[in-house]
Amino acid sequence: MIDFCGLELAHPVINGSGTFDAIAATRCFGDELAARFPFAAFVSKTITLAPRQGNRPPRLWETPAGMINSIGLPNRGLAGYVESDLPVLGRLGVPLITNVMGSSAAEFAELIEALTDRPEVAAFELNVSCPNVRTGLDIGADPRELQLLVRRIRPLTAKPVIVKLTPNCADVAAAAVAAEEAGADAISLINTLRAMGIGPDGRPWLGERFGGLSGPAVRAVAVAQVAAAAGRVGVPIVGMGGVSRGRDAADLLDAGATLVAVGTENFRDPAAGARVAAELEGILPQIAG
Amino acid sequence: MSWSAAAAERPLAPFGRRRGTVLARGSVGAYIVLAVDDPAGSSHPPDPGQFYMLASVDRWGAGDGERPFLPRALSVLRARDGVLQFMLEDVGPGTRRLCELATGDELWLTGPLGAGFRSTDRTPVLVGGGVGTAPLAILQDTIAASAGIGPAGGGGDPPLALVGFRDADHADGAALLREAQIATDDGSVGHHGRVTDLLEPLWDDPIELYACGPPAMLEAVRRLAVDHDTPAQLALESPMACGYGACYGCVVATRDGYKRVCLDGPVFAAAELEAVG
Repeated sequence: MIDFCGLELAHPVINGSGTFDAIAATRCFGDELAARFPFAAFVSKTITLAPRQGNRPPRLWETPAGMINSIGLPNRGLAGYVESDLPVLGRLGVPLITNVMGSSAAEFAELIEALTDRPEVAAFELNVSCPNVRTGLDIGADPRELQLLVRRIRPLTAKPVIVKLTPNCADVAAAAVAAEEAGADAISLINTLRAMGIGPDGRPWLGERFGGLSGPAVRAVAVAQVAAAAGRVGVPIVGMGGVSRGRDAADLLDAGATLVAVGTENFRDPAAGARVAAELEGILPQIAG
Repeated sequence: MSWSAAAAERPLAPFGRRRGTVLARGSVGAYIVLAVDDPAGSSHPPDPGQFYMLASVDRWGAGDGERPFLPRALSVLRARDGVLQFMLEDVGPGTRRLCELATGDELWLTGPLGAGFRSTDRTPVLVGGGVGTAPLAILQDTIAASAGIGPAGGGGDPPLALVGFRDADHADGAALLREAQIATDDGSVGHHGRVTDLLEPLWDDPIELYACGPPAMLEAVRRLAVDHDTPAQLALESPMACGYGACYGCVVATRDGYKRVCLDGPVFAAAELEAVG
């Protein structure tokens, strides 16, 4: 058992937000999914106050060893999440980490206040890869803005708050320090790297032009950013970025992570989380020895 | 009918991906047909219109531009006794690698996935374009079997299939169906023109269309079906990363907002869709 901010996890592998839909997967795989659930905790996709349709297609672009996505956080909104999703996600048999995003600190606060008393929710993850309406910069890219946000949120819940950092900033370690100083219980990184794919006609392929790069293509960046953050903060770190195998997970743990999240590899292998955890288990004793 | 696949009753897939082995590889004109031994095939047979995510076990990611990376979604052509058949056309790094597979090579398989075709009380008419012929083969077999029509045609005619191809080389793909009327863009085989031209004499009949093909063909079928107040089921294709509802990358615009082709489709009622493609 692993203790992560007071949550007891069977192994150190969870999913990256938005890379596994447990409700959709149950429609495809039936009860076998819950019986063989691949993650030690489940991170929901990002929930916003209002429902979102998501971005216009095309939404995907394959790259060497990875992909660019421009999905646009489609979700049912807070009310839909509470009514439709929470009762199902609460029965997965693993702790539920609910990922939320607001376009302002007030919106984040409303989401946290509405969800904090729900017994299904074990912890929160804040998606701070959202533009500040005033500066146009991602809140998570500006340590001062990030600190203000986390300070505002921290007193609103007794549950663990994980801050998911953006890699699209000048100094990810400074953002990690800001989150820790403001009271974050943990940080998670990396989110996708801002990217663009040019289609055969010479124009940006994705409907919203820009997207986020993920997959093995970003793995070395993830290792570096996890190591940079781990060198500056004491709170636990959820490391992610291009984890396809146990070896990749071990690298992130060596770089300073406490947990590892599998993201894009879930698309190639629905049971990737369990496979990575099993491979990691075979590697860890060798490291310890 | 036995294949009345309401969305809630879709055949489920075993959780995770599994290894399948190529039993045979053949050419049919411009197309490659792979027969794959699916270890879960007997316990998890697909419905017509369902699909699988495929990737080769070896050298997936070693092609042009260091792709493919993601598995590729392919409709099942036929399935019998645990053997799945897929119809392939080399149109990019993923299908190129799959087309190269030889007997004994291994594939990663996830499936069967998606909601397939639904049965009808009307007279089914199958409309295919290019490699979109594939799901019509298993559909034609299934409809014929449910009507008591034997594999050799005893007991009646299989449902009418109309298929369009670019040229004669591609039109050889029509041989994958039991019987089909052919249209070609260059007039080298069958009707010189669009496959939808072949629907002209049928609009007064109580038909239901089952279509799969390139976006422009499906859009033509959708418009004609709406104009003639005729029900139509369209099997869509969309680039997808996962095939099981995780990535939200494959959405199509419907009258009820964006829906995931992999989860709510790939078969949609024409009346449900905004323009295709």
